[in-house]
Amino acid sequence: MKRHLISAADLSRGDAVLILDTAEELASLADRPIKKLPTLRGRTVVNLFYEDSTRTRISFEAAAKRLSADVINFSAKGSSVAKGESLKDTALTLEAMGADAVIIRHGASGAAHRLAGWVRGSVLNAGDGTHEHPTQALLDAFTIRRRLMASRGGQGGIRVSSPRASTVGAAGARGAGLDGLRVTIVGDVLHSRVARSNVLLLSTLGAEVTLAAPPTLLPLAVGSWPCAVSYDLDSELPKSDVVMMLRVQQERMNAAYFPSVREYSRRYGLDAARMARLPGHAIVMHPGPMNRGVEIAAEVADSVRSTIVEQVANGVTTRMAVLYLLLGGTEFPATGEVR
Amino acid sequence: MTGDGSWLIRGVTIPGRDEKATSILIAGGSVTAIGPDLDHPGATTIDAGGLIALPGLVDLHTHLREPGREDAETVETGTAAAALGGYTAVHAMANTDPVADTAGVVEQVWRLGRTAGHCDVQPVGAVTVGLGGVRLAELGTMADSAARVRVFSDDGRCVSDPLLMRRALEYVKAFDGVIAQHAQDPRLTEGAQLNEGEMSARLGLAGWPAVAEEAIIARDCLLAAHVGSALHLCHVSTAGSAEIIRWAKSKGWPVTAEVTPHHLLLTDELAAGYDPVFKVNPPLRTEADVAELRRALADGTIDCVATDHAPHPVEAKESEWAEAAFGMTGLETALRVVQRAMVETGLLDWAGVADRMSVRPARIGRLTGHGHPLTPGAPGHLTLYDPAAPAEAVTSAGASKSRNTPFAGMELPGRVVATFLRGVPAVLDGKLA
Amino acid sequence: MCAASNPVAGRDGLAVLDPEEIRRALTRIAHEILERTHGGDGVILLGIPTRGVPLARRLAARIGEFEGLDVPCGSLDVTMHRDDLRLHPARALGRTELPPGGVDGKTVVLVDDVLYSGRTVRAALDALNDLGRPRAVQLAVLVDRGHRELPIRADYVGKNLPTSQREVVHVLLTEVDVQDSVTISGEEGKP
Repeated sequence: MKRHLISAADLSRGDAVLILDTAEELASLADRPIKKLPTLRGRTVVNLFYEDSTRTRISFEAAAKRLSADVINFSAKGSSVAKGESLKDTALTLEAMGADAVIIRHGASGAAHRLAGWVRGSVLNAGDGTHEHPTQALLDAFTIRRRLMASRGGQGGIRVSSPRASTVGAAGARGAGLDGLRVTIVGDVLHSRVARSNVLLLSTLGAEVTLAAPPTLLPLAVGSWPCAVSYDLDSELPKSDVVMMLRVQQERMNAAYFPSVREYSRRYGLDAARMARLPGHAIVMHPGPMNRGVEIAAEVADSVRSTIVEQVANGVTTRMAVLYLLLGGTEFPATGEVR
Repeated sequence: MTGDGSWLIRGVTIPGRDEKATSILIAGGSVTAIGPDLDHPGATTIDAGGLIALPGLVDLHTHLREPGREDAETVETGTAAAALGGYTAVHAMANTDPVADTAGVVEQVWRLGRTAGHCDVQPVGAVTVGLGGVRLAELGTMADSAARVRVFSDDGRCVSDPLLMRRALEYVKAFDGVIAQHAQDPRLTEGAQLNEGEMSARLGLAGWPAVAEEAIIARDCLLAAHVGSALHLCHVSTAGSAEIIRWAKSKGWPVTAEVTPHHLLLTDELAAGYDPVFKVNPPLRTEADVAELRRALADGTIDCVATDHAPHPVEAKESEWAEAAFGMTGLETALRVVQRAMVETGLLDWAGVADRMSVRPARIGRLTGHGHPLTPGAPGHLTLYDPAAPAEAVTSAGASKSRNTPFAGMELPGRVVATFLRGVPAVLDGKLA
Repeated sequence: MCAASNPVAGRDGLAVLDPEEIRRALTRIAHEILERTHGGDGVILLGIPTRGVPLARRLAARIGEFEGLDVPCGSLDVTMHRDDLRLHPARALGRTELPPGGVDGKTVVLVDDVLYSGRTVRAALDALNDLGRPRAVQLAVLVDRGHRELPIRADYVGKNLPTSQREVVHVLLTEVDVQDSVTISGEEGKP
């Protein structure tokens, strides 16, 4: 029984498609006068954020509130945690408060796993160290599917004719994965939880994933991952339907991962010239926050190919879908596949 | 108590002698007679049918934590755990607080051991002052002290400066000392959490590459050969390390090595749930490493098993992985793990176990009173073990103050029945005497 | 009250309505809707997934044939408003698609295949409430099998079918299931 969402590897293809389809149905909520559903009324959702991340926390908070859940925000600064309270003791406090779900962001890989051992409710991993960030991968997959699969048409689902073409397009993607799409993820894969979750989830959904990075920023064991590897970004661009840029921290330069920001940018940065070499339909993504001018040029970030802004809106919708499927019933529905 | 203090152990098998059951008479602190039909009127008799007798085990690598970390372990509780594990002597590592880098601290530890009385405690002296890796500690003074230190180690830290390592190796030749190196290049392992490999990549934990151990081992073997001094390698954990040691020994170089029980049985796959009970330095590695380490122990490339018993209080092992302390307990389970990993697999017989867990470690540690094969005249250090005891799940509750055993819940064979120290039982029927 | 057809044992149990009877029932309902809404003025049809949706489309088509009137048609998924969510694993959501004019001021005719406890319709009323303010809400169902648990009734009924709670009513429609039929069988009843 799926009680938690800690790693993208927890999701089978059926699970992932169900989440995307559910998000698709919830997306129209944003256009309604009453942006609320009663489904999680009476449930308590706790945001346990040890790392400063207003953006992700607000996304989860909005998602929970739109489903009528009660939200409690627990941020590490200035709390007993800052005074050195252990993760275990914090977990026990949350248990005593009757949290139905805890959404945790933490600087240590594995924190979500540990928490799951100490609370009875559901644990949603909002990013643990350099391990995983599964809801980011889900919203990325949702964004890709909406932009690129809708026109191809999906399978299954009942089509209801309507003059609103974009809705038909979106409805057409229902039931579909990302089969055959080629996604290139660029940047500091070694330290990226977004990269790990995306490699797992996108390949589960049938996409072909390629990692493009200098060898120092790829884990030694990357050969065992379900993706290809390239040290040459330029050769990957003409074949890519999606280019996903990862944030590169300038401090990595001091640990000798690359010689200078300038050289990194020159070899792996997505500037306007590189963007022009992408196929016409290709999209550019970034989980944020961006280092404009390092991994991504300003004009690329602001171009029509860029999905950076809609990724934010899709984040709320996708997180609503996850919260509903985990907490709305007695358990996450079985999709007939084993993970 | 009735009798004259002597003990007659009946029906026991001594591996390495003929495999028939025999009897052992212990009196006056020594083994006085061995034979099939011994009798001694004043002796207390032990019916040891089905048991084997090993010379008292000797651990070259234990952390007793006292002075300084008595919340994790004391000399009293650590040596009690050792005796329950069949040990009659343990080498207490120097990374205490204060560090054992002076005669004063090593003599304190030595005295605490004698007072506790469960097993002999041989203090290990630090190589450098405060384990700082900068200046040699007063190795000669520690050697001359009541503790008679012969093994020196900065364990916990690597003596990474090649010049300092050379000097230390040369200096201890004067008093037949040996430098025990914790091989870990600090620059290659900054912030390292887990063996660098598929698991570390998947789990998002900073990797501890095998080469960081192997490069130091290769360097130090060459140094030991160059200056002609004894080098001992602590807790060897990789297949590559074993191969380098095999090569060094083939050249006749004065190198010895130890392996822990956990590195003979466990792999980094256990880290999947991020339970820090599996966090240890050096880290658990892969199946291939475990297989090669077993082979190397079997053919003698690795000389002995040493527990690296590293107790930690509960809160140090209950947090997220990166925050948790490195280390596993091991004294009470060592012999059972070795039975599972080496005897049950047919790689080593019990005579070989006696050699690797008593004779050779005593020789490497220059402990003249221990590690004697059981013959008339040998000191009365002896372990009675039941290899046929039904496999039982390991509990984390034992004599050690700490609970961080990676074997909790695992079914392991065998049972230590009795441990004799200088002819007096420290453990009888599996309990402290 | 419809004329009772001779029950014929089929693969799923006893036949209640054959394709011809279904067709006639829908034709009748279409006429009734036109009668009671002054010729379909301001009417929109919202089918409740799954099978309410093709039924709504068929009714819209019929009304179009009879009156040349283009009745807006859509779907209303009620999953998120159900009162029994906590009793089962979370369910997959159906499509909600409102016609362009929305529901404000309209006469909304909800369409579903079977009316049973009435809880689905109550959930539909709650869902509708969050979407706007219709002038009126009516209910059309193919089969009313009784056993209401809430004060809810249908305005338009294809067939009244007295059942016991142990029986199961199966509605198949070609858009979803390849054939048209309504049968009843004696398995463990589902609410």
